[in-house]
Amino acid sequence: MSGLTGAYVPGDSLLHRLPAGAKLAGLAASCTAFLLLRSPAALAGAAAAVVLLYVVSGVGVAAAWAQVRPVRWFAVALFGVQLVFADLPTAASSTLRVVLAVALAGLVTLTTRTSALMVCLERCLAPARFAGLDPFRLSLLLSLTLRSVPVIADLVSRVREAQRARGVERSPRAFAVPLVVGALRHADALGEALAARGLDD
Amino acid sequence: MIRLEDVHVRLGQREVLRGVTASLTERRVGVVGANGSGKSTLARLVNGLVLPCSGTVTVSGLDTRRHAARIRRGVGFLFTDPDAQIVMPTVAEDVAFSLRRKGLTREEVERRVREILERYGLGEHADHPAHHLSGGQKQLLALCSVLVLEPEILVMDEPTTLLDLRHSRQVAALLRTLPQQVVVVTHDLPLLEDFDRVLVIDEGRIVADAEPAAAIGHYRKMMA
Amino acid sequence: MTDEQSPPRRRFPAADVARVSVFAALIAVLGMPGALNIFGDAVPITLQTLGVMLAGAILGTWRSALAVVVLLVLVAAGLPLLAGGRGGLGVFTGPSAGFLLGWLPGAALTGWIVERGGRTPSTVRLVTACLAGGVGVVYLCGIPVQALVTGLSLGKTALLSAAFLPGDLAKAVLASIVARGTQRAYPDAVPAVHRERLRAGGR
Ligand SMILES: Nc1ncnc2c1ncn2[C@@H]1O[C@H](COP(=O)(O)OP(=O)(O)OP(=O)(O)O)[C@@H](O)[C@H]1O
Ligand SMILES: [Mg+2]
Repeated sequence: MSGLTGAYVPGDSLLHRLPAGAKLAGLAASCTAFLLLRSPAALAGAAAAVVLLYVVSGVGVAAAWAQVRPVRWFAVALFGVQLVFADLPTAASSTLRVVLAVALAGLVTLTTRTSALMVCLERCLAPARFAGLDPFRLSLLLSLTLRSVPVIADLVSRVREAQRARGVERSPRAFAVPLVVGALRHADALGEALAARGLDD
Repeated sequence: MIRLEDVHVRLGQREVLRGVTASLTERRVGVVGANGSGKSTLARLVNGLVLPCSGTVTVSGLDTRRHAARIRRGVGFLFTDPDAQIVMPTVAEDVAFSLRRKGLTREEVERRVREILERYGLGEHADHPAHHLSGGQKQLLALCSVLVLEPEILVMDEPTTLLDLRHSRQVAALLRTLPQQVVVVTHDLPLLEDFDRVLVIDEGRIVADAEPAAAIGHYRKMMA
Repeated sequence: MTDEQSPPRRRFPAADVARVSVFAALIAVLGMPGALNIFGDAVPITLQTLGVMLAGAILGTWRSALAVVVLLVLVAAGLPLLAGGRGGLGVFTGPSAGFLLGWLPGAALTGWIVERGGRTPSTVRLVTACLAGGVGVVYLCGIPVQALVTGLSLGKTALLSAAFLPGDLAKAVLASIVARGTQRAYPDAVPAVHRERLRAGGR
């Protein structure tokens, strides 16, 4: 919706068709269950279930790996540490638990449209209206943030170029202060434009 | 019809406008003046973004102090930097944001958005990220988002400053065709040549108020 | 039109909507590759916690917490806004989930301490705020969650996390220096000053 896209893999599987809320609830329940599962056999069963779900979803191996990839080194390190301090079954089951939770969450991400998840999460935040944050403002905050990411990214490159021109590239302070001041100026101009477009009326 | 009566504005420690009185009825009004002279502040007074510390500003007979919300519905404001004015990720969404409280059906909103984008040559970009537009196209989008509400008055604060020659000519040509009353703050003097009236601001006061040639002549002499 | 005679005072005006969104975006952008390589290209260090601390110091308690919530909601919805292009629900069920969720109270505490400093928060206060919120609270949330997920003891988890401590301490100091510089260049970057201005009704 903004040039930024999620990891959604289009499809028509049972998982794709489940409502986002149901998938989020299922994910929360499963992750709790993983924490409670102690025996390696039970965890192996859970692993089989997760693999089966991936097969049913039809998202493909590459997409699945992309979801688990970020924890690969952590998993290796954890396995090593547990092997030293405990035994092989403990090492295997605790590593498996970490990977399973990430994989299952990744599966929800892969099979649910970003917009559907956003609607669902917005609904979860609805009680914020009692703090003066109505649902309209909440969804405006999300869109406005998506809109601001490329604008601030441009600001970063402009500030960096100015740095280079002044020959103070290496000073983090000389970079970050103009960046943050620029971001604030932009934010305040944006606030004024929102007011001019009637947001406060 | 915009009326300012002995308006004073103080921002922080600084007296930015000191006793401005004017009644603007012409269709094309330009405002020029040195940096920091108070032009932007004057423009912001017209839609109640800035309120006078003393004196009054009325728009179509309504006081900006008391009816800011109603006035803002009839006064469109175009800022210099379109990036600070486009609030939605995609082009069509930004125009639709303006229509959010019109009580229109989804189809009607879509129709009006499409129509105005087509009119200003952004039709094919409707579903593109606003970020992918050029600077000139972004300013056009900001203008579309204002014009879709059909305001009676349009205030612009340096609308062509960030544009190249071609795009600023495009905006100038567009200004001529708009049916609304337009108040334009600018440093782009040729833009004002065929205006009806030009105000020259200096240090918070109106120092000249005439048709373009005379007012701009005064301004050039002042800056010399 | 009596409703227009005295416009209702907004609890969450446009100026704040804009600041919250822009800071959420700033935290995201600081995680992008090459946003700022303080220690050269060799050490891939995420500067997102720098953004979290700056949000706290500049936006104050509630607005900075909201900026973090907004960012995390977008991440949870699947957008790749975390360092290294990470996003999706996996980061919330992974071993570092606590560190991520800790950004929320972390930013809030940073903001709370800075807000107590009034119109001109001192450098000492800013450093304290960034250390307490940006490092203290974040580790306090991060370590137990990691211990729970991995099954390692708290002590061992803490020991493993200590590897990141020097970098995080450096970032907290940098954040306070940057916040100080920003607040001197732009007084409205002090939460107390901003609040006063909104209250005065002057935009
Ligand atoms: N919030 C503020 N607090 C204090 N002073 C301010 C504030 N906003 C503007 N000023 C000052 O008011 C003066 C007039 O500002 P204004 O923006 O109206 O000038 P301008 O004529 O539009 O200038 P430019 O051509 O540079 O845009 C400037 O000297 C500016 O520094
Ligand atoms: Mg100006």
